[in-house]
Amino acid sequence: MSPLACQHIMTMDDLTAEDITTILDTAESFKEVNERRIKKLPTLRGRTIINLFLEPSTRTRMSFEIAAKRLSADGVNMTASASATVKGESLRDTAKTLSAMACDLVVVRHKYAGAPQVLAECMDAHVINGGDGMNQHPTQALLDLFTMRQHTGRLEGLTVGIVGDICHSRVAGSLVPALNKMGATPIIIAPPTLLPARPDVLGARVATSLDAVLPELDIVYMLRIQMERAAGMPFPSVREYARFYGMNETRLAAANPDMLVMHPGPMNRGVEVSSAVADSPRAIVLDQVNAGVAVRMAVMYLLLGGESGGAAA
Amino acid sequence: MALLLKNGRLVDPEVGLDVVADMIVRDGRIVEIGEDLTIPKGQTIECAEKIVVPGLVDLHTHLREPGREDKETVASGTRAAAHGGFTAVCAMPNTSPICDTGSKVRFLIERAAETGVVRVYPVGSLTAKQEGEAIAEIGDMVAEGAVAFSDDGRGVQDAGMMRRVMDYAKAFDTVVVSHCEDESLAAGGVVNEGVVSTRLGLAGWPAAAEEIAVARDIRLAELTGCRLHLAHLSTAGSVELVREAKAAGLAVTAEVTPHHLFLDEDAIGRSYDTNLKMNPPLRTAEDREALVEALLDGTIDCIATDHAPHARHEKELEFELAPFGTTGLETALSLVITHLVQPGRMAWSDVVRALAHAPRAAFGLPAVRLEAGSVADLTIIDPEAKVEVTREWFASKSGNSAFLGATLLGRATDVLVEGRFALKNGKAVD
Repeated sequence: MSPLACQHIMTMDDLTAEDITTILDTAESFKEVNERRIKKLPTLRGRTIINLFLEPSTRTRMSFEIAAKRLSADGVNMTASASATVKGESLRDTAKTLSAMACDLVVVRHKYAGAPQVLAECMDAHVINGGDGMNQHPTQALLDLFTMRQHTGRLEGLTVGIVGDICHSRVAGSLVPALNKMGATPIIIAPPTLLPARPDVLGARVATSLDAVLPELDIVYMLRIQMERAAGMPFPSVREYARFYGMNETRLAAANPDMLVMHPGPMNRGVEVSSAVADSPRAIVLDQVNAGVAVRMAVMYLLLGGESGGAAA
Repeated sequence: MALLLKNGRLVDPEVGLDVVADMIVRDGRIVEIGEDLTIPKGQTIECAEKIVVPGLVDLHTHLREPGREDKETVASGTRAAAHGGFTAVCAMPNTSPICDTGSKVRFLIERAAETGVVRVYPVGSLTAKQEGEAIAEIGDMVAEGAVAFSDDGRGVQDAGMMRRVMDYAKAFDTVVVSHCEDESLAAGGVVNEGVVSTRLGLAGWPAAAEEIAVARDIRLAELTGCRLHLAHLSTAGSVELVREAKAAGLAVTAEVTPHHLFLDEDAIGRSYDTNLKMNPPLRTAEDREALVEALLDGTIDCIATDHAPHARHEKELEFELAPFGTTGLETALSLVITHLVQPGRMAWSDVVRALAHAPRAAFGLPAVRLEAGSVADLTIIDPEAKVEVTREWFASKSGNSAFLGATLLGRATDVLVEGRFALKNGKAVD
C-alpha cells in the first residue's frame, strides 16, 4: 500500500499536506542517492513507467526519465511526433492501448486541461500529471516546495510572490494551492491582462505592482513569459514588461536581503529575469532542477507502493 | 379517422381553457370540446390524469442533415422531438452544406415530408455560408419555406453587416435570430469566465461577450425596425437588456435553453465532462436564477432546446477539443415539469405559453389552439410518469445529454401532428 492517500497525482487537490510532507521527506533520501557515484536503486525493478509527452518538453521529460532510470524502472518515452495521436488516435484510445501493455505508471504532458483525468479513467496504471494545458503541473510545485524548504528550512509562514503569466500558467496553477496547503502565503503579481478571471478562487493575494509587495517577499518566483502568442500581446512590449515586472539588480537590492529568486525554466534572460540576477547566488534555479529528479523519484516510488522515508537507505 | 380524447385536463391560456373535458379530432382538426362526448367509430384515448396541450414547438434544433447523418437525421431528430413532446422543430442552418439558398430549404422540407414524424420548419442562414460577409438569399429561402434566419453557431461579427441583413430581411417580413457572441471577447473560451475557468485551467468565455452582442442587436432592431429573436440567452445581464428593450416596445423576443435554466457552471467538476460543454457556456447560479425569473415573468418568451447531437467519439475528446452542445429535445419538458411545475413555480398555462404559443408567435408560425377548427397538433402529458435519463431513453442518434443520470418527473405520452400520431403510448411512431 502506498503511504499516499491518492492513486494518482493529477492536481494538487489529490494531495494532503501530510502527503506533501511525505513526498518531500522521501525526496530528501533520493537526493542523497543522486549525489552518489552510483546513482541507482533497484527499488522499481520490473515496473514499467511510460512518459507520454504529447506536447514538446525537454527538461520535464528528461527529469522524469532520469528519475525512472535511477529507480531501475523500465521507462518508455512516447512523444507527440512519434505517437498515434498524429495519426488521429484519440487520447482515450491511446490510454487504453498503453493500459493493455500493462504499464504500472504513466506520466502525461498534454496541451489540454483534464488529460490526466482521461487517462486515469481509461487505464489501470497510476497517473502523474506532467503538465496539462493551462491547468496544473503538480510535480513542478512539489520540487519548488522542496527547494524552498531546502533553502529556508520551512514552508509555513513563507511569503512567496509569483510573478508573470498567471492565467496561462500551469506552474502557478499548482504552486498557489501547494503553498496554501503548507501554510505559506502566495501573492500573485502580474498586469491584470495576465491574471485569471477569479484569482480569489486560487486562494492567492493579488498585486499588480511588483515593487509594492517586493519587500514582503521571502521568495520571488518568476514565471516564463511566452513571447510567441497567437492572440494579441497582453502587454505593450517586452521592454515595458521587463521594466515593471522583471527581476533585476535594482529590485534585488530593494528586496529583503535573504529573498531568493526561483524560476521554473527555461528563462528568458533580460525579460522576466536579468542575467545578473539569474547568475547571482540568490537565484536557486538549478537547485530546483536538481530537486526535480529527487521529487519525481519520490512520487514514482510512493505511488508504486514504497514505504515513506528510508527507502533509499 | 376520428379520435376521442377522454377526460384529459385541457390547458390553453390563449382560449382561457383549463378544464377536464373530452375532445374530438377528425381529419386533422379539433372538431369539438365538451363533456361526455362520444364518437360513432374511431379510436378513444383515455386521458384521465393527463394534460392535453397545444403541440410544443422547439425553435432551436440541430437536425444535422445534410452532412452529419451519423449524429442525427431528419428521421431520428423528428422522432426524438416527438418523444420529447414536440409537434414541430425549427431546424438550424449550420448543416453541411449550410442551408443558405432556397434549394437547400426545399431539400429539408422534402426530407421532412419523406422521413419526418413532426413538422420541420427550416431556418435559413443570414449570410452566405454563414461567413458573415454577404447576405444570403433570404428572399429565395422565404419563398421555399424558411421561417427565420440565423447564423447560429457563429453570430454575425460585423455590426454593419448585421444591420444590412436586418434591413434586408424586413422586405420579407421575417425574423432575424441572433447568436449573441462577440468572438473577439469569447474567442477560445470553453467555459464561463470566472470560477470554473480559473479552477480548471480552461479558457473563459465572459458574460460580456454575449451581453455586448445582445445590446448591439437590440440597438440594430431599433434602428432597422426588423424583428429580432435572441437565441439561447445565458446571463443575467442579457436578461436586463431584453427587459429594457421590451419596456421600450421593441419587437424583440428571446429564448432560453433547459440547460441554462437547470444547470450552472458548478456542475463542471474535475471530471471535465464534455457533455457540459456548450455554447454559450453554463453560467453562474445567479445567472441561472435570473433566467428562471425572466422566463416566469415573460421577459424571456420561450424555452428552446438548442438540441445539439454529437458523435460519441467527438465528445470523448479532451474538454478543449470536444464540440459544444448537449441534446435537449427529449429532456426539456420533463425538466420543466420537475424543476418548475412540481415545485409550484410555474403553472401549466405558463408551460403552454413558453413551449407552444410563444415560440409560434416569435417565428410567426401558424397558431394552434384548443378550440374547434384548430389544427390538431397536440401533446398529451403524464405529469407523474418517472423518467430515468439514460442512453437508452433517447430516440436521438446521439446521447450527449448534460442530464444523463437524472431522474425526472413527467413526460409526453402521445403526440399528434395534424391528427396523426407521432408518439403513441410513449413510443415514437415509424
